[in-house]
Amino acid sequence: MANPGGGAVCNGKLHNHKKQSNGSQSRNCTKNGIVKEGQQNGKPHFYDKLIVESFEEAPLHVMVFTYMGYGIGTLFGYLRDFLRNWGIEKCNAAVERKEQKDFVPLYQDFENFYTRNLYMRIRDNWNRPICSAPGPLFDVMERVSDDYNWTFRFTGRVIKDVINMGSYNFLGLAAKYDESMRTIKDVLEAYGTGVASTRHEMGTLDKHKELEDLVAKFLNVEAAMVFGMGFATNSMNIPALVGKGCLILSDELNHASLVLGARLSGATIRIFKHNNTQSLEKLLRDAVIYGQPRTRRAWKKILILVEGVYSMEGSIVHLPQIIALKKKYKAYLYVDEAHSIGAVGPTGRGVTEFFGLDPHEVDVLMGTFTKSFGASGGYIAGRKDLVDYLRVHSHSAVYASSMSPPIAEQIIRSLKLIMGLDGTTQGLQRVQRLAKNTRYFRQRLQEMGFIIYGNENASVVPLLLYMPDLKHAWTKGIRKTKGRVMASL
Amino acid sequence: MATATEQWVLVEMVQALYEEKEELIEEWQPEPLVPPVPKDHPALNYNIVSGPPSHKIVVNGKECINFASFNFLGLLDNPRVKAAALASLKKYGVGTCGPRGFYGTFDVHLDLEDRLAKFMKTEEAIIYSYGFATIASAIPAYSKRGDIVFVDRAACFAIQKGLQASRSDIKLFKHNDMADLERLLKEQEIEDQKNPRKARVTRRFIVVEGLYMNTGTICPLPELVKLKYKYKARIFLEESLSFGVLGEHGRGVTEHYGIKIDDIDLISANMENALASIGGFCCGRSFVIDHQRLSGQGYCFSASLPPLLAAAAIEALNIMEENPGIFAVLKEKCRQIHKALQGISGLKVVGESLSPAFHLQLEESTGSREQDVRLLQEIVDQCMNRSIALTQARYLEKEEKCLPPPSIRVVVTVEQTEEELERAASTIKEVAQAVLL
Repeated sequence: MANPGGGAVCNGKLHNHKKQSNGSQSRNCTKNGIVKEGQQNGKPHFYDKLIVESFEEAPLHVMVFTYMGYGIGTLFGYLRDFLRNWGIEKCNAAVERKEQKDFVPLYQDFENFYTRNLYMRIRDNWNRPICSAPGPLFDVMERVSDDYNWTFRFTGRVIKDVINMGSYNFLGLAAKYDESMRTIKDVLEAYGTGVASTRHEMGTLDKHKELEDLVAKFLNVEAAMVFGMGFATNSMNIPALVGKGCLILSDELNHASLVLGARLSGATIRIFKHNNTQSLEKLLRDAVIYGQPRTRRAWKKILILVEGVYSMEGSIVHLPQIIALKKKYKAYLYVDEAHSIGAVGPTGRGVTEFFGLDPHEVDVLMGTFTKSFGASGGYIAGRKDLVDYLRVHSHSAVYASSMSPPIAEQIIRSLKLIMGLDGTTQGLQRVQRLAKNTRYFRQRLQEMGFIIYGNENASVVPLLLYMPDLKHAWTKGIRKTKGRVMASL
Repeated sequence: MATATEQWVLVEMVQALYEEKEELIEEWQPEPLVPPVPKDHPALNYNIVSGPPSHKIVVNGKECINFASFNFLGLLDNPRVKAAALASLKKYGVGTCGPRGFYGTFDVHLDLEDRLAKFMKTEEAIIYSYGFATIASAIPAYSKRGDIVFVDRAACFAIQKGLQASRSDIKLFKHNDMADLERLLKEQEIEDQKNPRKARVTRRFIVVEGLYMNTGTICPLPELVKLKYKYKARIFLEESLSFGVLGEHGRGVTEHYGIKIDDIDLISANMENALASIGGFCCGRSFVIDHQRLSGQGYCFSASLPPLLAAAAIEALNIMEENPGIFAVLKEKCRQIHKALQGISGLKVVGESLSPAFHLQLEESTGSREQDVRLLQEIVDQCMNRSIALTQARYLEKEEKCLPPPSIRVVVTVEQTEEELERAASTIKEVAQAVLL
């Protein structure tokens, strides 16, 4: 069960599941009983790589122990709550003011049960503060708890040079200041930090225009528009594109921002199984043939929401099949490339380049600048009429402030680096090194026997631990080893 | 047992049905993804600002005095703020590459939260990386389906989106009308008596703004606090415009009225106006604020604020604490221009005399909103030609619950001198007379 080296689960035998092929026939790969087909493309000229994805199931004893772990945790939680209610145990949580004791309670008791009893025990694994740039090595502030994670205290010491496997700094562009960032310093000194106005009023700077033109050139589309926050890009633009009477087909594992945007739009939402084109096709057929639920009128539009790389599964969307479906059923496609832009594809242009497709086939290309570009904010790109419409009707353009100038300059600098416009091939080298590192890391972890989810080319690697207490043991074990790896949990 | 002919008919029927379905799929035509937008729509021809949006602003190539950006304390081009941001840039780079839960928490963020909590004299504060997302994530974290929220009609769009995301029952009361609010609360009380079991688990909230963006008026906070204790509803106060403006030390509307800060359950503000940075924060008691660390969507699922913006906000706070005199100066300038703009024929001033962001609306509407907007745009353009940068207040006409009338928004900052204020007032007077008569 648990290895002495670090608390991982071995899956026993190692199957050789890496069948590389350059033909276009279908292959079946078997791992632990799950059969994944090697995907076949219809036309050999646009995609002939084999998609290798694995979602192994854990062995039975692991599942039993996991459920037992949660069960015991819950039982103890009830016991502790009982003790706290009767005053036998001291309650460390914050409480309501005594003047407001007769108000309706702000939180339901059960809402907080998980937070109080299960999350509190292992809470020190998240929200760890750092005090340097999130590069490949960073400095973590040491923090201890004297009362079982209810409060934390900083000892004042800093753990230096920890290997960073937790920040989404794919291309290493979020680094300490060096001479190549001189332009950012100049822009900061010239423009300041804030903008204090919205895009429609007095908040459109010449820097924004420059950035939007560059983003459109990078993605090889007609136009682009940038926004100040990646989360807000989704939640404020999906309502501008679809409304009542439209249908949204959203993947099971979509990010919270996509779900919030879909909900705020007022359209009908239907969920299809994760990355499952048969499930999506069935929903599309039913939607087009039967129309809206009660009135049987035709839907005004159908929008498919998917992500390029899913952050919690590490899987890459099956884009060629979805584009074929979209063409057949005349739906519109919205791809959120938050984790794939800059990280996937031979020159970092995202999933469309990874599959060798034309970016014009996707109706709405959305992405964020937080991960590969080391800044913050998001963009939406596509045809000129789409972007013009968003310029007029996006909630963010009218009510929210625009992007800060030094951030815009950092994105411009990163884009120029990746595109090679600064005269070096550094950008391309970084993208290629990322791809190599990803494949190497995944291969080695799988050889060691860990269960890894997702596509072999996705840089986000979910390593399954299953049991909640193993998480705790894992971080303790990792901290003690000399390598000081800090993994994200 | 079906005979051969019956089986044959069944097969034909299934085939026909299949073909019918294929035909339906062929025939269906969706609407275009986006309807076409007229080329001369004002939003497609933004005002492009070259250079910093500070006191002297270069709009579309012309240098003007800025009466449009919310730079109340003039900190957008303050050298100390820029130096602090630069120091942070040198140490941390630009981005944080992760949400707060996954190594995106920097010591600068913890510092800023600490400083904000101390400045507002509350227990805890939490920062968000975008001003709009602050109140739009805070409301749905507490108010769920089945809860009741009483909100003012003139609430800003971010509050409306937060309410929509929360799926609660919304009850609108007339702007700043405490009698109307009391009537709604009384009605709710009667409902509660009919169903006491449900009433015991239904939370109630009152959401108001300190200084309303859409009308420039202050909410009557003392009466609200009285109503809060009488009808047992919690108050959420949105202080984007009043933080750093009202009160002796800039602590907002609670300091302005002298109300104990603990009486307000949650204060939310954005740092994009007075603090000249980007982002927002919520502050209050730990009991209330700590909940957002796990259920605030804009906090958990979004990357954290870039450290250079957090450092700029800390330095701006330092400046606010060191010179408490600027708030009185700002109030005086507001009063001056408010008085100077009274009595323009055709335009009326909407907003209190100590609000730094107020509106100029047409005294008599022409009857069509488009025509009003065009007239006001004419005034704005002519003022721009005479080097006064103004803007119309922009709204999404189809999305707002209670659409305010079209208006010009005038913003007063500490950096404007008295001569400039006088010149602006007289320019607006002349232009208004020329255009409207």
